[in-house]
Amino acid sequence: MAFLEVEDLKVHFPIKGGIFGRTIDHVRAVDGVSLSLEKGKTYGLVGESGSGKTTTGRAIIGLEKATAGTVTFDGQDITNLKNKSDVRKDVQMIFQDPYSSLNPKKRVLDIVSEPLRNYENLTKKEERIRVQELMELVGLSPESILKYPHEFSGGQRQRIGIARAVALKPKLIIADEPVSALDVSVQAQVLNFMQDIQEELDLTYLFIGHDLGVIKHMCDNIGIMYRGRYVEEGSTEEIFTNPQHIYTKRLVAAIPDIDPKNREAQRQFRQEVKTEYEQSFNDYFDEEGLAYQLQPVTETHRVALPEKG
Amino acid sequence: MSDKLLEIKDLKTSFRIKDDYYAAVDNVHLTVNKNEVLAIVGESGCGKSALAFSVMGLHNRAKIEGNIYFKDQDIANLPPNKLNKLRGKDMGMIFQDPLTALNPLMIIGDQIGEALLLHNSELSKTQRKERVIELLNKVGIPRPEHVYEQFPHELSGGMRQRVVIAIAIANDPELLIADEPTTALDVTIQSQILDLINELKEDMDAGIILITHDLGVVAEMADRVAVMYAGQIVEVADVHTLFNEPLHPYTRSLFDSVPNKAEAKSKLHVIQGIVPSLQNLPREGCRFAPRIPWIDESVHEEHPSLHEVAPGHFVRCTCYKHFEFPGESSEEEEQHGVSRS
Amino acid sequence: MWKFTVRRLLIMIPQIILLSIIIFVLAKMMPGDALSGLIDPNIDPERIEELRHMHGFYDPWHKQYADWVGGLMQGDLGKSFRFKMDVTELIGQRVVNSFWLSLATLIFTYLLAIPLGILSGRYNDSLLDQTITTYTYIGFATPLFIFALVMLWVFGFMVGWFPTSGSVTPGLEPGTFEYVLSKINHLILPSLSMALIATVNTVQYLRNDIVDTKQKDFILTARAKGAPESRVYNRHILRNSLLPIAAFFGFEITSLIGGSIFIENIFGYPGMGQLFLESILLRDFSVVTAVTLLFGIAAIVGALLSDIILSLVDPRIRIK
Repeated sequence: MAFLEVEDLKVHFPIKGGIFGRTIDHVRAVDGVSLSLEKGKTYGLVGESGSGKTTTGRAIIGLEKATAGTVTFDGQDITNLKNKSDVRKDVQMIFQDPYSSLNPKKRVLDIVSEPLRNYENLTKKEERIRVQELMELVGLSPESILKYPHEFSGGQRQRIGIARAVALKPKLIIADEPVSALDVSVQAQVLNFMQDIQEELDLTYLFIGHDLGVIKHMCDNIGIMYRGRYVEEGSTEEIFTNPQHIYTKRLVAAIPDIDPKNREAQRQFRQEVKTEYEQSFNDYFDEEGLAYQLQPVTETHRVALPEKG
Repeated sequence: MSDKLLEIKDLKTSFRIKDDYYAAVDNVHLTVNKNEVLAIVGESGCGKSALAFSVMGLHNRAKIEGNIYFKDQDIANLPPNKLNKLRGKDMGMIFQDPLTALNPLMIIGDQIGEALLLHNSELSKTQRKERVIELLNKVGIPRPEHVYEQFPHELSGGMRQRVVIAIAIANDPELLIADEPTTALDVTIQSQILDLINELKEDMDAGIILITHDLGVVAEMADRVAVMYAGQIVEVADVHTLFNEPLHPYTRSLFDSVPNKAEAKSKLHVIQGIVPSLQNLPREGCRFAPRIPWIDESVHEEHPSLHEVAPGHFVRCTCYKHFEFPGESSEEEEQHGVSRS
Repeated sequence: MWKFTVRRLLIMIPQIILLSIIIFVLAKMMPGDALSGLIDPNIDPERIEELRHMHGFYDPWHKQYADWVGGLMQGDLGKSFRFKMDVTELIGQRVVNSFWLSLATLIFTYLLAIPLGILSGRYNDSLLDQTITTYTYIGFATPLFIFALVMLWVFGFMVGWFPTSGSVTPGLEPGTFEYVLSKINHLILPSLSMALIATVNTVQYLRNDIVDTKQKDFILTARAKGAPESRVYNRHILRNSLLPIAAFFGFEITSLIGGSIFIENIFGYPGMGQLFLESILLRDFSVVTAVTLLFGIAAIVGALLSDIILSLVDPRIRIK
């Protein structure tokens, strides 16, 4: 059994309607997602807005109620776990926007020590020392614990968010677009740092993102989501060099090439993929335009294709 | 490089904070030619949007010094009534966030139609509607007659950005300014919008200023590139030169911090320190110097100016000649930079 | 749209039922009843008990409630023990007066609020804006009844421009031009007094919304189109900023009810507010409950109007 095992996870949100505001239908935000993640690895969950990638992450950590399916972490079933158990302490989340995810009225000391206060009984002094250690770990000066979030730059704030996430020495971190709101040079800083602490603390990452450049850089395995379902899953290598699903191909083709010499070729390639996408859409998606069940290609590579026969 | 469309000379755009003026754009010289895409690249706070807003006259309370020649007319500090004859007609602008760039209470048709109405009063109502539908077609919106009557919230982000583009090109402008046109969009939508801008460029014969922080977008779109740092242009070159042979330390650092280029899981380059805020911009000497402290101070110019190192390739300050990335010590640097901030 | 309206109307039913129950319960909880204070103390207490039985005072509560509601349905609001007439008839005259007073107040409120709010918002941080904002702060701080008394004293007694009580000069033939003129003349001072205070909310609201809308991205889009300033304001800013004002309309009605109780008493204006206070003082409970019920329904209808207006002008709601 893998370190994190998600089995057929579903998160459906009711749609209210009609004169009496009854539930008339459901939005299938996550519709049967399965993934498994090995300890110490980074798994990338990719998709466009509305694909359900963030909801998946939130359901794993319990911020969203799973309609069906199971989440097993380190051998324990943590599906819809609400209480502050030790398992919850082992799974933490980093949020997208470092500007809104930190309470502007609290000092860094209070922000970072909040999870400590929830789970551990420390004296004021011990708490302060722990926070100072954490600040050093994320590369911020220990004196800055009495400052407020607005006194920091975007990259520094994101590192404060990370300090809060690693305060309880978690084993799994769910990072929801941790660098999307940051400039490239700051992004580099945060990505480097995430790699460093991964090694240092033996962390496992579930990295949610839409920037394929970043995902490619960070992840060992990647799952591609489209409208609540997986369309393809495989190692980074397999996804980028040998994409099987037309949706993945299109996504990969859409990444701008950093070399201006390839401009024309890239444009042409993208045009070809687009034509293929339009022509063969019905071969890759069912009548509702949703992805099929995943079929194995290799041991690690799975693609959503209709069953043959 | 003929057909000069826009020429910016020694532009300085300052904002008032408390009782002092601070220049967000400083000593900027730029030209945009017809049928050319000039990309302006830089990180947030570098002044790239402030520059674009200065050209369009969209700043509310800013002091603008210097000259902006558009087709030989100086449009810097032009009175609003004269500016309004140019804006939306000869100059169009595409904004970053299509979700907020459209009036939520106006149907799409009226929002595009307004651009026509303001500059082309001879058109009858039906002619105007025909033209709007033609424009919707042009920007690739399916079922234009239907979309004409719709409100912005009924359209997806990509569709709304197409509407914003339709507004910008309604009167066949000669200059199109696109301020981070794809930043708020998904990758597949981004590539569609970029392709659209490319198509339009070909049949409009316009000059385009493309403002972005995404080097991939630059590589795909630009003819020439200007790199901005702390309100100044630090390097200008045609796109191939800039990508093959970047000279300024900032340009080089930027390239090295992008994950696309780097080996997977390798360390990315981190620029030390942080982008200074408007009030804390270094006004003397090389503005990038504090972020490359391992480079000897003597190699910076006292008053850095743009040097033409090859035809069309300009670099600010002489420090580029001596710039080297520090060995494998990027981790230390980071610690360094942070404790200083 | 119709779906929205129907749903909104259906929501009103439980609201009104709940309101009637609350009013009924409160009325029953009030000490004493119509027979305790006003009846000649010389009457034999046994006779009073008999009367109480006769009038159903000892019936179980649900029967009493059902009787009351049944009466309401037929337009029977009970009988006033004070005026010895049907409450329906008694209220009938007052409702019309109160309606005109409210209408005049609303008109004055918006006549003041819209231009002031627009000026203040458009030229924010100018001297004009600061002046208007100062006025709104004074308005917030001034209690309505004191302000109304001052107005009455200055314009009614000292300058003598307006009548000081009543709703019409006695002796005029209803329907004549003089009658209408006199009615209007009696309305101006009370409604203006109330509007001057009530409007500050709306002025502030409108101002802040305009300042907000000015910063929106779509205003940049409009400017980039080459739209002149006047068009930017009229076409893009105003419409968006007046939207929340429309939503505010319902609350305006609610606060009007509260205000009218003071105003009508101070200006001796024979409307529902005055009747309400008099009836409370005289323990004329059937009138009190009836008026409270009508006030409550007016507030609910006000909220309904707000929602419907909002759904008419805001396409984002209209669709749902």
